[in-house]
Amino acid sequence: MGLDLKNMLQSFALKELAQGMAVTLKHFFKPYITVQYPEERTPLSPRFRGEHALRRDEKGGERCVACKLCEAVCPAQAITIEIDPRSTAEKRLTRVYDIDETKCIFCGFCQEACPVDAIVLGPNFEFFGSVRSDLYFNKERLLANGERWSNELNARIAADAKYR
Amino acid sequence: MAEILKMVHEIGVGFFGALLWSLVWVVIKVVLLLAPVLFIVTYITLAERKVIGAMQVRPGPNRVGFFGVLQPLADAVKLIFKETILPVKADKGLFILAPLLTLVPALLSWAVVPFSPELILADVNVGVLYILAISSLGAYGIIVAGWASNSRYAFLGCMRSVAQMVSYEVSMGFTLIPVILITGSLSLVDVVEQQKDWWNVIPLAPMFVIYFISVVAETNRSPFDLPEAEPELVAGFFTEYSAMSSGLFFMGEYANIVLVSFLGALVFLGGWLPPMANPIFSMVPGIVWLGLKASFLMFVFLWIRATFPRYRYDQLMRLGWKVFLPVSLFWIFLTGLVVQLGRWA
Repeated sequence: MGLDLKNMLQSFALKELAQGMAVTLKHFFKPYITVQYPEERTPLSPRFRGEHALRRDEKGGERCVACKLCEAVCPAQAITIEIDPRSTAEKRLTRVYDIDETKCIFCGFCQEACPVDAIVLGPNFEFFGSVRSDLYFNKERLLANGERWSNELNARIAADAKYR
Repeated sequence: MAEILKMVHEIGVGFFGALLWSLVWVVIKVVLLLAPVLFIVTYITLAERKVIGAMQVRPGPNRVGFFGVLQPLADAVKLIFKETILPVKADKGLFILAPLLTLVPALLSWAVVPFSPELILADVNVGVLYILAISSLGAYGIIVAGWASNSRYAFLGCMRSVAQMVSYEVSMGFTLIPVILITGSLSLVDVVEQQKDWWNVIPLAPMFVIYFISVVAETNRSPFDLPEAEPELVAGFFTEYSAMSSGLFFMGEYANIVLVSFLGALVFLGGWLPPMANPIFSMVPGIVWLGLKASFLMFVFLWIRATFPRYRYDQLMRLGWKVFLPVSLFWIFLTGLVVQLGRWA
């Protein structure tokens, strides 16, 4: 009975409503935590898996040796590779290296499988296509990505090297 | 001020003739009153988004203009240029009329709202009664909207909305009666002037709380926004409305919020009277005090919306009929007794 009376008094005094409003008022004066995206960015892990890139070797040639390990490991079957018929035992080259970014699930297995660090997933996630075919990357596009992001890619590989 | 007014009158009479000028003068006064009201109505939408944003630790709209100040204009332009869809099964005439039926009563009430002892469009001696009568007309707009839409959601929404407005209007009316008993007048100017010694909120604190909760329910605001209840009823009574016709409903809702905030400030918080008889406080013009008090009440509206979850329908009805009604009736009795004892003493 005493408890009932206490409950009743509390509900007539709007105790819990006042408590709730105190919480929201406290938050009202807190600085906001929103990251204003285009101007501000959240930190990105050096292992972030973004847009694909094909790297070049020191002499400027293609690193890729057309071993097709990435094509084989790709769970989404997004990679298509054709070997250049002019390849020799010393120098294997690709004729076609296509990645369908609409299929890709960004698992990073291609990067893991690659024996020569040729195909990598870069830090860039701000790419888009206004039609589907914009996202079917061919070799030129991938190599261009590699050149565009080469500094970041090298830094990422160097940062990760000691864990490999 | 009086000389300028006299000059304006002379020029007006010379230009329009005495009869036509009196009509034009009324129109001018109405525009001068409604323009700021509609300005507040558009900007309270921005204030709402900003306040709720801040309470959710996010910035709210800040892209359109500095600090998002042009956001209401962008919203209005969007609403005006969108297509107004007329449902095939709707009753066309009523469907178009309904948004006006909600907006117009919300604006009509402003005729008797005093901003200072002189600054009042129509100083009628039954101001409180007039506001109660006009604001209850708002329910017609909603029931017409729900009925004319010929849609299940709209129909359920309007039934709920009208039931809720009718229930809470009773307790809102009853909370004003003690004030009238103390004042002995239905004129809003008298109600404010009587609060010179202390504001009505001090002797009538429970009535103020009940008044405020009732008007939150009356304006169909969260946590009493059952008529809209997005998860169940899509958008309630204005489900079928699009573009500016639904915008008019929103304007009506916000105009009502502004109105009841001003009314609460006038009736309970001493209107244009400063909080203390202090020379510094008295220097501030009365309309600023009124604006501050009303703004605070509007802020509480938004604050409540950011805090509480929606009521269940039976809880809503229970609160209105089983709690507010008896409590306010008891308080009327108590106030009447005290006033009468004071008269005898």
